[in-house]
Amino acid sequence: MLTRARGTAGALVLAVLTALGFAVLAVGPAHAADTVLVGSFTAPDGSPIPDVAVTVSNEDGFTETITSDAGGEFSAVLPGGGTYQIDLDVSTLPAGIALEKPEDESRSLLVLGGEKRILTKLVEGEGGGSGGGGFINVTGDQFLQLLFDGLLFGVMIALAALGLNLVFGTTGLTNFSHGDLVTLGAFTALLLNLVGVHLVIAAPIAVVFCAIVFGWGQNRVLWRPLRRRKTGLIAMMIISIGLAIVLRYSVALFFGAAPQTYKQYAGQSGISLGPVTATPKALILAVLAIITLVVVVIWVQRSRIGKATRAVSDNPALASATGIDVEKVISVVWIVSAGLAAFAGIYLGMTQNSVWNMGQRILLIIFASVILGGLGTVYGAIVGALVVGVFINMTSLIIPTEMKTVGALFVMIIILMIRPQGLLGRRERVG
Amino acid sequence: MDWGFILTQTTTQAIGITAIIYILAAIGLNVQFGYAGLLNFGQVMFVAAGSYAVGVIVLTFDLSLWLSILVAIIVATALALLLGIPTLRLRADYLAIVTIAASELFRLSVRSIAFKDTLGGAQGLNGKLGQQFHDTNPLPADFQSLPVLSWTRQDLWVVIVGWLLIAAFTVLVWLLVRSPWGRVIKGIREDEDAVVSLGKNVFVYKMQALILGGIIAAFGGIVWAVAKQSVQPDTFQPDFTFFAYTILLLGGAARVFGPIVGGIIFWFLLAGTGEFLGQAIQAGWIDFLQATDVGNIRFMLMGAGLIALMVFRPQGIFGDRKELALDAR
Repeated sequence: MLTRARGTAGALVLAVLTALGFAVLAVGPAHAADTVLVGSFTAPDGSPIPDVAVTVSNEDGFTETITSDAGGEFSAVLPGGGTYQIDLDVSTLPAGIALEKPEDESRSLLVLGGEKRILTKLVEGEGGGSGGGGFINVTGDQFLQLLFDGLLFGVMIALAALGLNLVFGTTGLTNFSHGDLVTLGAFTALLLNLVGVHLVIAAPIAVVFCAIVFGWGQNRVLWRPLRRRKTGLIAMMIISIGLAIVLRYSVALFFGAAPQTYKQYAGQSGISLGPVTATPKALILAVLAIITLVVVVIWVQRSRIGKATRAVSDNPALASATGIDVEKVISVVWIVSAGLAAFAGIYLGMTQNSVWNMGQRILLIIFASVILGGLGTVYGAIVGALVVGVFINMTSLIIPTEMKTVGALFVMIIILMIRPQGLLGRRERVG
Repeated sequence: MDWGFILTQTTTQAIGITAIIYILAAIGLNVQFGYAGLLNFGQVMFVAAGSYAVGVIVLTFDLSLWLSILVAIIVATALALLLGIPTLRLRADYLAIVTIAASELFRLSVRSIAFKDTLGGAQGLNGKLGQQFHDTNPLPADFQSLPVLSWTRQDLWVVIVGWLLIAAFTVLVWLLVRSPWGRVIKGIREDEDAVVSLGKNVFVYKMQALILGGIIAAFGGIVWAVAKQSVQPDTFQPDFTFFAYTILLLGGAARVFGPIVGGIIFWFLLAGTGEFLGQAIQAGWIDFLQATDVGNIRFMLMGAGLIALMVFRPQGIFGDRKELALDAR
């Protein structure tokens, strides 16, 4: 059971927009192509704290003082990477609210890109207490919040993992460029968004476009000819790595290296749902994603082509002998896979931001999910992704946030040692 | 457009320090993947281990650089054992995923704030890491530069020793693969069950190949730390491993000289494109690109090259298609 040490703790989350982490409340406004520092203040009771002054400065003379808005959020556009001094004006905090650790009032932060996130605890009462590691003293509400965020993140991973598993199941290909299909989804929507299409319209167009061009088209141009040439699976795996590199750096070339946000819904405040808070967009995306996952599962289980997919996964030669058009099934699977990946990309781009290497960053989390659930299984991908999503978020209770991916990867290796077929996989020789 | 400058710059890079580091990593991969058939996608972890051994021993503990070589070998062996015990029994695709995960696990751990005092956190370890090595430099103190190749006195000494290391490991690999041991690991690559039926302990042989390849890669890491005088955790990304694979496959896997030929050609092409594009942009020949785009284009071409290589000539330049069947499953 978790201890309840002192007061109810709220959190000030400072997150640079490049963060991979699922910042609970850190959502940046649309400062495309800039380095932006964002964060928010939340009182121990969950209500936002407006009018708190934060001064961001660096040695080159850049200084900006910003105050949190009505939603408790603040953001500062930075001139670029470097070391920044961040000073919190404690006198602007409301009465009865103080920092848990007084030394957090002033700190320096290296902003380079990559994961960068600071968590500072606010507590009731004047002055910080003594002792007690901030990560251990968790309240029930924080526990639920992390669980909830983990599920939201897991649903996004499930979209990507399911697509990866469908392709693996039918073709045997371990697709290392699947993460970059996620990136392409996010950036296709971003491109439409930048030319003036509202995100609500841009998102479905991007999903369909990616499904056809990057799914069907990719299979048609690259993988189908390779299968005809009887290219080995390891060779195909290495080809997918080459493709991943080409796609990733193409995105960097055309869109730049800075993280970008969509024009709509960028800076939403969280709404309270009983013990947890979440942004409305994250909730809507999660509901849509769950509907999508259910539809795909029913499609695989019930529809004619879905049953054919499972037949091909089981035994391509036998499926072919019973009159199933294996190549047609593989085409459909690629379309579904790329469409799901694109959805995952837009999900990630909306809840965090779009950056050229976003897919590469979550690729190993996707792999961890499918190995946990069982490589090639439909339910396994979903269950594995939810478990990994929750696990990644919950481990931040005991290990530093920057290390949270480490836990997931470690669990993946343990799973392979004790149950290599995954939680839901069929027992077969994988060794 | 200064063609002479492009050519000398490109040649300097094709046999320079970075090329040496990648070639050492690729020689290690050649033992693991080329001869033993282990799809190790975590090679960068061993390079990082070598670099960090130097950084920690010299900077954190203020001990001798020569001791750090011994430590690097021990750490690489220990990591290979840790990595190998759970993974070497796995199928190739699982092995690939787990090894790449392990290398990321390693990178995220060493850059963690938790070990900042010893390992330097995200900033890594920076300082006079290779001073003891550079003090042994036999080149005359007034050395300016070679006629064509533009290395400093310090860099040239690293390059000389680096190529001696490459030569030593190449001879070692050549001797090993001609030995009974080499025939067994090639047999494992071709047909593991057949080797098991001959009474060989396949697991032990695979582990030995993994350890040997890891130690050779760790020497690449040592060269890196000594030459750059800095150890940065975020340089040890999985892409390093993929570039080392590209080098190996370009030259020809399971060929003793494959990594060397592949490494020189790879860096010649990569540096050449970079220099050419940079000059062309400066000269105004290409106006739709910025100078900052060159890096991205280089990587795109590299990825496209890897695809083309695997599609059209998977055995590489000198490889033998019969020797390396890339479709074990």
